[in-house]
Amino acid sequence: MKLAGIISLLQLEPLMEPDGVEFEVRTACGCDLMSDVLAFSQEKTLLLTGLTNPQVVRTAEMTDIKVIVFVRGKRPQPETIELAREKGIYLYLSKKPMFECCGLLYDRGLNSEEIRKIK
Amino acid sequence: MKEQMILKRRIEKGDFNRGGETSSKLKGLLRKLGVEAIINRRITIVTYELEMNIIIHSNGGEISVLVTPDKVKVMAEDRGPGIEDIERALQPGYSTADDEIRNMGFGAGMGLNNIEHYSDDLEIETEMGKGTRITAVVNL
Repeated sequence: MKLAGIISLLQLEPLMEPDGVEFEVRTACGCDLMSDVLAFSQEKTLLLTGLTNPQVVRTAEMTDIKVIVFVRGKRPQPETIELAREKGIYLYLSKKPMFECCGLLYDRGLNSEEIRKIK
Repeated sequence: MKEQMILKRRIEKGDFNRGGETSSKLKGLLRKLGVEAIINRRITIVTYELEMNIIIHSNGGEISVLVTPDKVKVMAEDRGPGIEDIERALQPGYSTADDEIRNMGFGAGMGLNNIEHYSDDLEIETEMGKGTRITAVVNL
């Protein structure tokens, strides 16, 4: 699913330029624990989270996650946005809660990540 | 590619601002060396977990990375306090992190477990009051 479609579905506010709207997303992960993201993440995953500190961008960088959506209207710290810009990771904000975002994406056919680890 | 130490960095206790810098640098170095993306990701995740463990749980330490023709060895050494129960520490979900750490999204208890899973070989040496040395090997 193209990111542009997700932006309108979840009514996302872009937090930086460029906005990566052509990016293709295959799976999504809703997570507030860094190590769980590190354990389970695959490529072309969109991360939905309420964590706003810069380490969430580091976690995304390590696992090749390219898009992060902050849910519940939680605006990330300026350092988080700056790091994302440096690393080429796209950040968005949704006022919707995690559950609703996940449900909407799942309903549209976005797959959940398989619970398996890469090896 | 001959054997070479490609990275050696001090990691300070509680230095969350710089947490991940070492792993990020390593990711770039491995990419330049032509390491396959999926193997790069495994090594990077192992290093990030080791780096964050030093920051969160230790009195400070160092990470060094050695590359040989057939493997990458990541070594993390710290100045204490040591791991009281290694078997327990390796269990998914077990963590000694405090609330402040958990509020940052860490302390899920997956760190050592992730390191173990993504490595091909793992050695943990620890002594209470002295420190811990972890050596993780990923085959190329």
